[in-house]
Amino acid sequence: MSSTDDERRRPSRSAAHELERYEALFATRTGRMRSSVMRDLMAVTERPEVISLAGGLPDTSMFDAELFGSLMADIAAGSTAQALQYGPTEGLQAVRQCIVELMAAEDMVVAEDELIVTTGGQQAIDLVCKALIDPGDVVIAEAPTYPGAVPTFCSYEAELVQIEMDGEGMVIDVLEQTLDRLAGEGRRPKFIYTIPTFQNPAGVTMSLPRRRRLVDIARERELLILEDNPYSMLRYEGDPLPTLRSLEVPHGSRDGGDFVIYTGTMSKILSPGIRVGWLVAPRPVLAKLKLGKVSSDLCSSSLTQYFVAAYFAAGDWRDYIDVMRDCYRGRRDAMLDALAEQLPPEALWTHPQGGLFVWVTLPDYIDTTDLLARALRENVAFVPGEGAFDDGRGHNSMRLNFSSSTEDQIREGVRRIGKIIAEQVALYGRLTARQARPAAASPLPAKTTPGNVVALPERQARSRRASRPA
Amino acid sequence: MTHVAVLKGGRSLERQVSLVSGARVEDALERLGHEVVGIDVGVDFLARLEEAACDVAFIALHGPGGEDGTVQELLEVVGMPYTGSGVAACARCSDKVLAKHALRDAGLPTPDWVAFSEVAFRDLGAGDALEQIERRLEFPLVVKPASQGSALGIKFARGVADVPAALLAALSYDRKVLLERYVKGRELAVSILGPAGRGAQALPIVEAVPRGQDFYDFAARYDIGRTTFECPARLDEALAERAHEVALAAYALLGCAGFARVDMILAEDGDPQILEVNPIPGLTGTSLLPQAADAAGVDFDQLIARILELAATQSLQHS
Repeated sequence: MSSTDDERRRPSRSAAHELERYEALFATRTGRMRSSVMRDLMAVTERPEVISLAGGLPDTSMFDAELFGSLMADIAAGSTAQALQYGPTEGLQAVRQCIVELMAAEDMVVAEDELIVTTGGQQAIDLVCKALIDPGDVVIAEAPTYPGAVPTFCSYEAELVQIEMDGEGMVIDVLEQTLDRLAGEGRRPKFIYTIPTFQNPAGVTMSLPRRRRLVDIARERELLILEDNPYSMLRYEGDPLPTLRSLEVPHGSRDGGDFVIYTGTMSKILSPGIRVGWLVAPRPVLAKLKLGKVSSDLCSSSLTQYFVAAYFAAGDWRDYIDVMRDCYRGRRDAMLDALAEQLPPEALWTHPQGGLFVWVTLPDYIDTTDLLARALRENVAFVPGEGAFDDGRGHNSMRLNFSSSTEDQIREGVRRIGKIIAEQVALYGRLTARQARPAAASPLPAKTTPGNVVALPERQARSRRASRPA
Repeated sequence: MTHVAVLKGGRSLERQVSLVSGARVEDALERLGHEVVGIDVGVDFLARLEEAACDVAFIALHGPGGEDGTVQELLEVVGMPYTGSGVAACARCSDKVLAKHALRDAGLPTPDWVAFSEVAFRDLGAGDALEQIERRLEFPLVVKPASQGSALGIKFARGVADVPAALLAALSYDRKVLLERYVKGRELAVSILGPAGRGAQALPIVEAVPRGQDFYDFAARYDIGRTTFECPARLDEALAERAHEVALAAYALLGCAGFARVDMILAEDGDPQILEVNPIPGLTGTSLLPQAADAAGVDFDQLIARILELAATQSLQHS
């Protein structure tokens, strides 16, 4: 073939033509799918020299490679054909049995046919939106909420209404006011999305009285709740709290719940790479969710479901969680200690009893997306807060992850972040010195400051540290 | 057939954009029949370049490191010809403050500004002079880091109260920042293709028309649907000619070669004001230079071929 033939077969696409050609084809909803400065900056955090406190990753290096090898060998020996085959949409029965066992360990009663396996917890959120959301429908979530759920809500053109949190989780009074306001406008939210335990990104846990109230509200107002519970088994201190699902469906109850849709995942207790999560829902809702899953991917990976089944059959799944829990507890403590030592008094942060994240709030004049650019010059990264909101709040907050870095990396990373914040605070002081500064008397952001939605002062962390032996 | 190393990625904050530019350039070069090696520029850059044993480097890097003369200097040291502007031109263009001084000294129009380093604020009390600066430039002001080519770190300050936070943001990207008078008008990009000096050709003008309020929004510049680009811009002939003339003069003055993009605001009084000159503008699917070339009847492959051909003539001038 001559080169001219080749050119004719693969004509170059000019930029202008590309724009015109595709723009008319895009669905309206893609207008809500936005790229962001943050996404471009996050790409740079993948450089090997960067200490990344940005991810949300469990540390999979703790998984025993020999065990992995023997489990996969067992699958090869006994179930090659089935593992390479399509599977049922609702998931392998063996995996659903494992899930029943996992949920029972947290006092939740569930039948095998009340749940479906999903491709990670992310698909669970997507399927719930797919089944429930028409463009313009209201979804209620915490402020801040899981940054990975925001694009999902946006892609279904939901209107996201975010309810602020304090140290006890979502403020239920504010939720009720919001529901009343919406009712006054003739609008009923399709569902309330919440991560009650060790919330991502705030690290806050909803108190028991608020859990009860939330379940009551759902029942009274006939609203669905999507309870997302990826982290509850990673508890480093304090006593476990009942899930919303277990409050709605007490022991001995023969009926499933009416208003709580529950999603769990293997990601944080076994592996995120296997993409196995699950959804529990009232049966009529579950039927729709399952239809949605058929159109999304027919079924989750058979291969990784065989891995899950083999893993649960091979030994006690609690052992690996214990290993991770001990490791993450040390890392959390390293982070809280480092924050207390390195952050200036203008910064506030949460004290998570479990999970993977600490949420830090800075003075209102610091934009954490810009701060990330500065931090990357020092080879350290975090998640800027704006991604956890769909309403422009959070610009002065950041999420720090402690599960995927060593204690030394955490200390060094927090030291670098602390140094940069201290520099910016000092510089701001110089820049505003000539202005009359009524705000200077109280450098802490006021409680009404839009970005300061998780109010939990650093005093907790400091007193904790003080109580430890030097 | 030429053996070409396409330099892309790198450490700058515009890494993602550069990877997209680089991939498109690689495809085009392959279609043109060249042998192509893509190099994601990192600490092993020189070793990989040597290993690739290429005839010429196509620089598809954006932002500090790739666009500011650093990579160009290294290529000069190892004697490798490269596309685009030389070391001095890259250094002048990528520092907006140096570029603006050169433009003003030569009588070319650029909005009035004041520039400060972090040191000036930290150690010399420059904050005390903000009042005079604000009086001289008037609000609204645009506050920007001196070195970023994209809209990263650019903030509007509508009043006195916005200035300190805007300065903090800009100082997050660079140790030097400028406060620039905001010129209201139409946002134009004049792409230029050709050798250094007066022999270059100005391509049809692209106008960026923001949708809604996404004015100086970094994301909008790379996202289909957030900004509408009109090419050629609807300008009367005299205005277009004036914009071309000013852009070509800036290109020659700053010593650009190969290609560049001159961003300007066409003020409401009809005066084009140069904001910046990008020595390595984006080459992605939504970038302005390829659109401009297309409007001139030069498709992407022809554009890349021309840039590569110019590198050969330039390498003689560098030596």
